[in-house]
Amino acid sequence: MATPTMDKAEAAGTPEPGFADTPYITATFRIRRFNPEVSDQSEWEDFEVLIDPKERVLDALHKIKWELDGTLTFRRSCAHGVCGSDAMRINGKNRLACKTLIKDLNPDKPITIEAIKGLTVLKDLVVDMDPFFQAYRDVMPFLITKGNEPTRERLQSAEDRERFDDTTKCILCAACTSSCPVFWNDGQYFGPAAIVNAHRFIFDSRDEGGEQRLEILNDKDGVWRCRTTFNCTDACPRGIEVTKAIQEVKRALITRRF
Amino acid sequence: MSTDTSAAIGPVEGGSLFDADNPAPFIEAPRARTKKTPKSTRGNFEMYAWLFMRLSGVVLVVLVLGHLLIQLVLDGGVSKIGFAFVAGRWASPFWQVWDLLMLWLAMLHGANGLRTVINDYAERANTRLWLKGLLYTATVFTILLGTLVIFTFDPNIR
Repeated sequence: MATPTMDKAEAAGTPEPGFADTPYITATFRIRRFNPEVSDQSEWEDFEVLIDPKERVLDALHKIKWELDGTLTFRRSCAHGVCGSDAMRINGKNRLACKTLIKDLNPDKPITIEAIKGLTVLKDLVVDMDPFFQAYRDVMPFLITKGNEPTRERLQSAEDRERFDDTTKCILCAACTSSCPVFWNDGQYFGPAAIVNAHRFIFDSRDEGGEQRLEILNDKDGVWRCRTTFNCTDACPRGIEVTKAIQEVKRALITRRF
Repeated sequence: MSTDTSAAIGPVEGGSLFDADNPAPFIEAPRARTKKTPKSTRGNFEMYAWLFMRLSGVVLVVLVLGHLLIQLVLDGGVSKIGFAFVAGRWASPFWQVWDLLMLWLAMLHGANGLRTVINDYAERANTRLWLKGLLYTATVFTILLGTLVIFTFDPNIR
């Protein structure tokens, strides 16, 4: 994308007609709208936005909400890929709107944006996250220890910390769980995100609740429902090797049972 | 399932078909997970089923490829197969055990695979119940009938 500056255009003395000397392009955003107060059906609505392709999809959503249609509803908090609020299905793939640049999406064609799948849509891009967080709570994502609390910090070697480093990166955006075809079926599968957060404590040398968590994930709807389709690994905006983490939990279950 | 970033441009799932007059269907989660679901299932059945699939798969590679080689390739290929050929092989306990093992492993492997397919694709509890009932009946029937034939095979039958 050539982005000539104003200085250069003036120096050349012959500014191109049209928008050749601006970085802005017109991109079409095809958004799946759902308003339960109007209809029980969702519909696709197109918005044309004049935008710099180096901006993010979230900026386009802001532009639409602030300038075109204030009724567009979506979640976002930090807007910089940390809070995990704005996971959505962009061009058929789960991503964070705040980490997806428009130029990476081929803005020549309409960019489709819809809510993440497998969770009940409340309005537009907002889904009911309760089932997702219920699965998260079920794996007890907190430090479990026995005995008295030590008076000092619980120390850990760098190697022991490295063991579960990958799964500490999770921001609970639900991009993985809502990309999982097993979760789409009935929503009873724990889902990649819950297993990743269980993995984070199961392999923590300071934690003593690993056996309980493994027992929970040994359930009918636990890790054994994973079909290793790698959708979760592809979807994770933090680059966590989700499927690998699930397989490590499976291996831990087998090696600890035999 | 997931698509390449550059190729996945444009409407998803035929999205271009929809407009205000012909809206897309509303996607709802079939059964939301709550505090009470799923019911916890103590026991290691799912783990054993998962392990069985891997182990039986490895054994079946040998058994089935060996079976196909003997039946279809060696000694004149498929044209040699007849009552006499089967009777000759089943005279030896080795081939009886081979076929019995192959029957049990393949049927249980396939049945377990279909069980997971039903679990993954059937949404309503009733559909699951009936499909699995049908599957288990067919599996038990085939295994028992096959076992019966292997053990009671009579080469002199008229």
